[in-house]
Amino acid sequence: MFVSYKWLQDYVDLSGVSADELAEKITKSGIEVEGVEVLNEGITGVVVGHVVERVQHPNADKLSKCQVDIGQGEPVQIICGAPNVAQGQKVAVATVGAVLPGNFKIKRAKLRGEESNGMICSLTELGMEAKIVPKEYSEGIFVFPQDAEVGTDALSLLNRDDEVLELGLTPNRADCLSMLGVAYEVAAILGREVKLPESDLQPVNEKATDYITVKVDANEDNPLYAAKVIKNVKIGPAPLWMQTRLMSAGIRPHNNVVDITNYILLEYGQPLHAFDYDRLGSKEILVRRAQDGEKFVTLDDAERTLTFDHLVITNGTEPVALAGVMGGANSEVSSDTTTVLLEAAYFTGGTVRKASKDHGLRSEASARFEKGVDPNRVRAAGERAAYLMAKYAGGEVLEGASEVDTLTVEPAVVSINLEKINSVIGTNLTVQDVEAIFERLQFAVNVEGNVITVTAPTRRGDIKIEEDLIEEVARLYGYDNIPKTLPIGSATPGKLSDYQEKRRIVRQYLEGAGLYQAVTYSLTSEEKAAQFALEKRDFIRLAMPMSEDRSILRLSIMPQLLEVLKYNSARQNDSLAVYETGAVFLANGNEVLPEEQEHLAGAITGLWHSHSWQGEKKAVDFYVLKGILEGLFAKLGLTDSVTYVQAKVDNMHPGRTAEIHLNGERIGFVGQVHPTMQKELDLKDTYVFELSLKAVLEAATASLRYEAIPRFPSITRDIALVVDKETVSGVLRDIIQTAGGKLLKEVIVFDLYEGERMEEGKKSIAYSLKYMDPERTLTDEEVTKVHTQVLEALKEKAGAVLRG
Amino acid sequence: MQERLKELQQEAIQKIEQSSSLKELNDIRVAYLGKKGPITEVLRGMGKLSAEERPIMGALANEVREAIATILEAKQKDLEEAAVLEKLASESIDVTLPGRPVKVGNHHPLTRIIEEIEDLFIGMGYQVAEGPEVEQDYYNFEALNLPKGHPARDMQDSFYIKDEILLRTHTSPVQARTMEKNQGKGPIKIICPGKVYRRDNDDATHSHQFMQIEGLVVGENIRMSDLKGTLEVFAKKMFGEDREIRLRPSFFPFTEPSVEMDISCMICGGHGCNVCKKTGWIEILGAGMVHPNVLEMAGYDSKKYTGFAFGMGPERIAMLKYGVDDIRHFYTNDVRFIKQFAKHE
Repeated sequence: MFVSYKWLQDYVDLSGVSADELAEKITKSGIEVEGVEVLNEGITGVVVGHVVERVQHPNADKLSKCQVDIGQGEPVQIICGAPNVAQGQKVAVATVGAVLPGNFKIKRAKLRGEESNGMICSLTELGMEAKIVPKEYSEGIFVFPQDAEVGTDALSLLNRDDEVLELGLTPNRADCLSMLGVAYEVAAILGREVKLPESDLQPVNEKATDYITVKVDANEDNPLYAAKVIKNVKIGPAPLWMQTRLMSAGIRPHNNVVDITNYILLEYGQPLHAFDYDRLGSKEILVRRAQDGEKFVTLDDAERTLTFDHLVITNGTEPVALAGVMGGANSEVSSDTTTVLLEAAYFTGGTVRKASKDHGLRSEASARFEKGVDPNRVRAAGERAAYLMAKYAGGEVLEGASEVDTLTVEPAVVSINLEKINSVIGTNLTVQDVEAIFERLQFAVNVEGNVITVTAPTRRGDIKIEEDLIEEVARLYGYDNIPKTLPIGSATPGKLSDYQEKRRIVRQYLEGAGLYQAVTYSLTSEEKAAQFALEKRDFIRLAMPMSEDRSILRLSIMPQLLEVLKYNSARQNDSLAVYETGAVFLANGNEVLPEEQEHLAGAITGLWHSHSWQGEKKAVDFYVLKGILEGLFAKLGLTDSVTYVQAKVDNMHPGRTAEIHLNGERIGFVGQVHPTMQKELDLKDTYVFELSLKAVLEAATASLRYEAIPRFPSITRDIALVVDKETVSGVLRDIIQTAGGKLLKEVIVFDLYEGERMEEGKKSIAYSLKYMDPERTLTDEEVTKVHTQVLEALKEKAGAVLRG
Repeated sequence: MQERLKELQQEAIQKIEQSSSLKELNDIRVAYLGKKGPITEVLRGMGKLSAEERPIMGALANEVREAIATILEAKQKDLEEAAVLEKLASESIDVTLPGRPVKVGNHHPLTRIIEEIEDLFIGMGYQVAEGPEVEQDYYNFEALNLPKGHPARDMQDSFYIKDEILLRTHTSPVQARTMEKNQGKGPIKIICPGKVYRRDNDDATHSHQFMQIEGLVVGENIRMSDLKGTLEVFAKKMFGEDREIRLRPSFFPFTEPSVEMDISCMICGGHGCNVCKKTGWIEILGAGMVHPNVLEMAGYDSKKYTGFAFGMGPERIAMLKYGVDDIRHFYTNDVRFIKQFAKHE
């Protein structure tokens, strides 16, 4: 809502309060003033001039040579390029030395050989937005009414010596979508009176009901409809002051009748509609629901297809307006209109919202109906509009109105105890303090002991319950004046949950291991949604996505993480390590919430380590990433619960990928991205993992117990085994560990050889086995005995023989 | 004989002093003190001496031997030290060459902000509550006093999946769920961080996905002044002890009264600059006293219980705190951006 500081003074005395001060006070007591625009900022030296002569420029077809009286003795010569400049006009002249917006200084100049002493201005040249300039002046200069006095300040005549406060209104404060509503608010803040506008109507001796009958078939959506008739109107421009006020509020002037309805919309917050009575085609107004598929052409010449949800105003048969949203082309007021049917009605918010949304027609009118207009202001607004039409359009207002009224208006009566107010706000106000606040708001207030009973005016539809009264008290008392305390009462332990704490440990660990944390989007494309998913589920699709790329909830993090690598690789960061933790969404069927599983994904690409001047360089590989995972599981106490199983996963290298199992359950994978995909993404060799963080963090971890430091020496035996190439090291290790029993403390792989010195289809793996007894020193014989068992088991179960 | 011994001593000492290597020194040792050396030889000739002379000569010979040995040892120590120094000198390196880099990653800036806020409130007795990102319309709107058709639903155009299921538009449903779980009993002190989603086109100041942190306190005597005090502690710890706070009345369907909190601009200190749009104040968060409808719907007696709630955007806080100019940076994950948030502040 744009509020003109000058206009507001019609209703509230603002003496001693500048626009900036007012803005500050309004903001502090509840409505954010988003800005204060000084309309004539940076403009000087523009006066009213009289074009006493206009002739064609001798050297230019499109220019006029004008002699303009600017009230300084002899007329001055000005060259003007506007097509509509004409002799006899009163115009805005930027005189020599004037400054226009953008610090444009007017100087004496020669245009095609002719002297020019100033510039005749259009409204946009005076800093007004093109969309609010009246259509007749949109292509040229603005022309003042003939009574404009030569030499006076043109900006003042245009009401540009004003400041406009832009209110950022929250949905509950629809009352301030009107100048009167703002006036009540400002009066309460300043502790001043509200002056209501006049409507001293002198009706002619004819009845509106003789001209029109009104019937409403949808009372729930339209509980009040009043039609007034004004005849013998003369369509023409509205008075300049009214046009300028509309423009300051961001509305383009049209003609006196339409401008008056818009003026009342701004003044009362009540949208009105003017029909050309003679074009209605009947003497009847019928308000009803539209039929499904019914067609209707609105004012903007667009054909609309209606449904039963939409409310229409009809002439008994045909729609003439979409209720509360837009009138019809068939009954529009035009320059030939002589009799106006003026509609003042109450349409409910839901009805108007549905229609304005379905047809994409958000207007000043629909916005007000949607948020709720004051039911007690509907008729008053109609009366004042009729009065203005009599005054400024020469009309004769018929007596009364044709009405259907089923509206019941009961103002909210709310009682509250003083203690409640003080205990919620944390203050020590007295009954008198509270009473004074409600009186400033012009709420009827009645006090009995400590109980304060307030009757809220209907313009303040947001006041319904005790808490609404508390808010009014708090904001007018001033939030600045509320003390600062901290909650008292029983203490609550502040602590992360076990899960949350472990999640932080995971992040810290991974970052310590060299990975950067990424945060990516949950919404993805159909193509990516299923890639790398641990579980195949139905897609969870948005009903109305904004784009195909963000239409489905992700089933895995990996595609986005690879996008991160791709993005960075393309920017000379092709060696990179990143991870992300976040939810993936697993459908559980229709109409129920999906399972949200927190995942952890990591990706490393390019060089893992490089130290150029020492000649060290190491590219990422499977074992770098596996090492990071092993460290993570060790940190979480899960080393013994996790196993890696060679596996095939879509989009992963078929020979370099493992599933990660936790206590036998598949919870994720680790491996190299399939070379085809690496190529598509333009990545170097890239290794990735993704796992269910939820499964990992929820797995029970062993409690921490001290273990004695060994006091006796260990004995180490190294063995090199020859096995089939397909035999994996994990199997051998399991055999060794089982056979080695209690005394075997550690098994380490220290060599792997698959070269040409081996027999075809064989490889050699070397292990270092450490034997120890915490209670005593082992003898060589004891170790040999166990070690022999190990070798036998290896031979028997894996065909492994000692390398000769 | 006596003279011969003195002579030998002189001679040996001179050679020792002239020697320049440990090998040379060892040769001198063998030459003078060895079994075949001249002193031994002199001692062998003692048989020819008288019984009176013999002990005198013996003592003298030992004296000479010891004198030589002492000097020899001292010289040996010097030479050894010199050798060590020489070796060390040959081992010297260029300490200005760069070290072997240690690979360390760091938190995403949003995580950094969120954890900082979590820790701050944990210190004040809050717990961290989390909830689903795909929500029921009931928890996202209705339980928060936003019935169907409520105009404020427009304020946050949402991504629906089905009629009653949508991506949460704020983390407030976690509050509704927590209250419901507590079955009408207090006290509750939680903060709820998480991802939220709204129908916005991504640009420098909008993102269809972003983070939110909300706080909720419910108890028997919770006052608006408690909200003000709590927010002031938060503002000072988060943005600096010299920050002032200002509450402005506002509107949210789930709180009444509702407020917005501004802090004095940390860039200009409140004098007015571009960041605070010349006002000296920067809007940080929305808050208010929990609406009685919200309490009642979650099973709380609003006559007995009151509460306050607040909500803020980690992106906005990060943008203000670190001077980030485009919200899309947080989701592009350019490592040159993320890396900047490694150092302790």
